Amino acid sequence: MATHTIKVTVNGTLHEASVESRLLLVHFLREDLRLTGTHIGCDTTHCGACTVLVDGEPVKSCTVLAVQADGSDVRTVEGLEQDGKLHPIQEGFWQEHGLQCGYCTPGMMMTGAALLGRNPNPSEADIRHAISGNLCRCTGYVNIVKAIQHAARPR
Amino acid sequence: MIPAPFDYHAPKTLSEAIALLQRHGDEAKVLSGGQSLLPLLKLRVGAAAHLIDIGRIPDLEYIKEDGGFLKIGGRTRESALERSDLIKSKYPILHDTALVIADPLVRNRATVGGNLAHADPANDHPATMLALGAEVTATGAKGQRTIPVDKFFTGLFSTVLTPDEILTEIRVPVPPPRSGGAYVKLERKVGDFATAAAAVQVTLGAGGEIERAGIGLTAVGPTPIKAVEAERYLLKKKPDAATIAEAARLAAGAAAPSADRRGAVQYKREMARVLTARALAKAIERAGGR
Repeated sequence: MATHTIKVTVNGTLHEASVESRLLLVHFLREDLRLTGTHIGCDTTHCGACTVLVDGEPVKSCTVLAVQADGSDVRTVEGLEQDGKLHPIQEGFWQEHGLQCGYCTPGMMMTGAALLGRNPNPSEADIRHAISGNLCRCTGYVNIVKAIQHAARPR
Repeated sequence: MIPAPFDYHAPKTLSEAIALLQRHGDEAKVLSGGQSLLPLLKLRVGAAAHLIDIGRIPDLEYIKEDGGFLKIGGRTRESALERSDLIKSKYPILHDTALVIADPLVRNRATVGGNLAHADPANDHPATMLALGAEVTATGAKGQRTIPVDKFFTGLFSTVLTPDEILTEIRVPVPPPRSGGAYVKLERKVGDFATAAAAVQVTLGAGGEIERAGIGLTAVGPTPIKAVEAERYLLKKKPDAATIAEAARLAAGAAAPSADRRGAVQYKREMARVLTARALAKAIERAGGR
């Protein structure tokens, strides 16, 4: 069984690990690094619960091999908060109650954070377009959109 | 879900990748963005003993005009196409297409070359490239060759590429003035494959008549379909409502859909007609015809 040594920076910490070729990035994060904030939803590239940032871009980590992330900079929901201070996107989801069950929330926040990184002042249409690959089965998206708008507001 | 075991190779040059493909032949698969291949491996609908990842080979990601062609590197990501100002301003049909492929997260990894080489008749770029009269460059052990897109697809998930070849570039002839194109897709939700879709690219003559027309159809046959009869009918015609209606009728006649949960045969053929009419009208408008 083929294994490879990879070096991946996750939330600012460099990890060196030996991984099987077929190991998915989401399993590497959850099981090897114990970063269980990234969820597995549909497991078929539809729902976006497993969204993480790879080199700044939101991707579905159930559809990326861990070995493909060798040399990359990965950010997960655990990396949003800095020095005890919530990321604006987390503040937004908190203030606007951008969730019900919370299952899609880590993925939604990663996609939202990436959007704001690229476009600090998105329209509602921009937000809806950006999160169109992240499914929420509870909220109807209204508060999720408000949460991202909240995060975009200057403070 | 976890794929069956395979070995993974990350060649740093094209020649290294081709050597690996030669060595492993049918047992190897090219991994580009992986957004079709990895789900297939996870669902165990497909299998490969070796994945050759072309993601670490430099110079396969670009969008540029050069020598009368728009050249797109085989590994160019859909998100790059979606955000390119050149594509937005001059190739609206490609912008339309990039916007409706899967979803924004998938597009951050999915590639244009992969969308073509995977040869899923429900993929979106094949129809667009047929409409544009594009060609692809394949690089293999014997060197490079150029293949017109209308000769590229041989059947369901199959192309003329040999096991040692990699799709390295897509070339679209730079459209002359008074050209326009559009891609119109019917999907049940964001991220779904097309129920049906139509790609149309037209060039108008000085008198406003149609000088060239390309029409491609998505998800209404075992391969992407070039609606040749409709294309021929449009030549020298005034782009009016009656012309559009007749061309759409002819295009629907070229469709050979099969029934699935997205619809019955008759419904899909009817959608091919409606979508062709809409794409054609939009293409004509963008060409400055209305």
